[in-house]
Amino acid sequence: MNAVAKPHPVDNVIEVRDLVNRFGTQTVHEHLDLDVRRGEILGVVGGSGTGKSVLLRSIVGLRRPTSGQVRVFGQDLQDLPPEQRSRVERRFGVLFQNGALFSSLNIVENVAMPLIEHAGLQRPDAQQLGGVKLALAGLPAGAETKYPSELSGGMVKRAALARALALDPEILFLDEPTAGLDPISAAAFDQLILTLRDALGLTVFLVTHDLDTLYTICDRVAVLSQKKVLVVGPLDEVAQCPDPWVQAYFHGPRGRAAEEAHERAPFTEVK
Amino acid sequence: MATGSAQLDATTTPPRLRVAGDWTLAHYGTLERAVDALKSRLDSHTPIDLSGLGTLDTAGAALLAGLLGARRLSDLASDDPTLPAAQRALLQTVGKAMAGYVEPKAKRRHNTATELLARIGAAMENVWHQQVRLLGFVGLTLESLFRTILHPRRWRVTSLVSHVEQTGLDAVPIVALLTFMVGAVVAFLGSTVLADFGATIYTVDLVAFSFLREFAVLLTAILMAGRTASAFTAQIGSMKANEEIDAIRALGLDPMELLVLPRVLAMLASLPMLTFLAMIAGLVGGGLVCAMVLDIPPVMFVNLVKSDIGVRHFLVGMAKAPIFAFLIAVIGCLEGFKVTGSAESVGEHTTSSVVQSIFVVILLDAVAALFYMEMGW
Repeated sequence: MNAVAKPHPVDNVIEVRDLVNRFGTQTVHEHLDLDVRRGEILGVVGGSGTGKSVLLRSIVGLRRPTSGQVRVFGQDLQDLPPEQRSRVERRFGVLFQNGALFSSLNIVENVAMPLIEHAGLQRPDAQQLGGVKLALAGLPAGAETKYPSELSGGMVKRAALARALALDPEILFLDEPTAGLDPISAAAFDQLILTLRDALGLTVFLVTHDLDTLYTICDRVAVLSQKKVLVVGPLDEVAQCPDPWVQAYFHGPRGRAAEEAHERAPFTEVK
Repeated sequence: MATGSAQLDATTTPPRLRVAGDWTLAHYGTLERAVDALKSRLDSHTPIDLSGLGTLDTAGAALLAGLLGARRLSDLASDDPTLPAAQRALLQTVGKAMAGYVEPKAKRRHNTATELLARIGAAMENVWHQQVRLLGFVGLTLESLFRTILHPRRWRVTSLVSHVEQTGLDAVPIVALLTFMVGAVVAFLGSTVLADFGATIYTVDLVAFSFLREFAVLLTAILMAGRTASAFTAQIGSMKANEEIDAIRALGLDPMELLVLPRVLAMLASLPMLTFLAMIAGLVGGGLVCAMVLDIPPVMFVNLVKSDIGVRHFLVGMAKAPIFAFLIAVIGCLEGFKVTGSAESVGEHTTSSVVQSIFVVILLDAVAALFYMEMGW
């Protein structure tokens, strides 16, 4: 979709209301509320085990919440009949933490699969377009025919991004996309997300620990702590939150370094 | 949304390429045909008008890049004022990616006869390598067995007991039921055939002979091959795929000692016990049919077995159990270690472990039958 996209009745593409997630006796989310606005890049941060990935899985409909509601494009996925649900799911792209590439397909087939299944392309077309997406995600030429088990961690991440982008989705869910990438690739990754967001009007839900990513591309940041969204807003507002964890996160040695780097060069074009 | 289009406008000189409408994935087929038709008619100096371009996504940008050539596209994207900045950035990014993208070469085709020969050759070579690896693995297992047997502190008793439970105790119901039913079937068969000779009493001998010597151990071994060899392969295989085996090695531990020995020993303990159980269940099944159909009461059945069947038949049957057990367990574990990264590979090797272990069991059983016959046992 274009940056000057058609107007949509709801401005929030994702609305999470009163979400409760429990595993046995362990409560991960308690009355959690969160909105994601159309066209924004929302960074979700939080300590390990605060339920960032669980939140992502609840939103994309992989996990039925214990109670509460998750509405995507104004619809609750859990209530939809399968056919309609699949139509909504086609508008997502999900990059899982470990890539989750299909191990029995090579990577260009991985990317071509949604194109064949959902966009109805012929196999040669789909593979060619898949090759372009892989190149876009930064994979070197000649890697297309490799199998996921033959790739390095960073290459798996990029191939998984190419698959998430295959259908040019409206919402992109990224679970720690830059973890395991070298800093140069991570910066290129950030740049790619920004370009795609601007050109396609993507909404990005980004779970990350990477402070540089937060400073470079996120419009808003949500902090998950104490089983709910502690604070959400533009980064400089969030960084002012008096909560000790937030203070330690943004004003610790790494936080300060990322902040300074961002102030020196707020936007660097990566060639 | 208007379908995207690309037309060569011949009214101007030189002809002008007009790109209009939505260039998105939804119109990929139409657009691709238009691009193919136009490609040959463009040269590097054709002026290009992108002002009618509507929505553009990465699929559309890729097609456009294919039409114009990556270099031309990025020149255009950097200085065409009619495009919004966001679309220019997208075109530039895709153009740059396309420049590095090389179309993969098509595989060379061989004719069918050579391919068939090559395949047969590869299969033969593969069989040979499998056998060599299996022998090697048997040696390795025995070596680690003797190495650990001297150090009781390194015995994995908990693991062993847990595997005995899974492979032995949990298999009791299925083994007992199956052999009970086969025992009954053999008795029925015997009574039908022997009735013509008035020799139905020998049904007892038939059931007892066949179960003590062959059926109990063979059926149990085949069941174990299907049930346990596959489980061993899948367990070890997913550990291999998940790099857990590497982690064990990196921790300075021995996967043979940790994973293989407990499984092999558990199998060595379970299979003979299950075989014994299978003999009893088979005799009970046969005895029941004898009592109900042939009017041979259970007491008479037992007496006949005692007087006609020597204990050597029992020993001959039992002697095969540990050998089968060892081979089934070793094949199951070895196939697990052969798994490579993918989920498909786990499935492939699980199948292979079941097929191989059943094959080996039946082959050895046939050899043993010949051997016992020659020896007069």
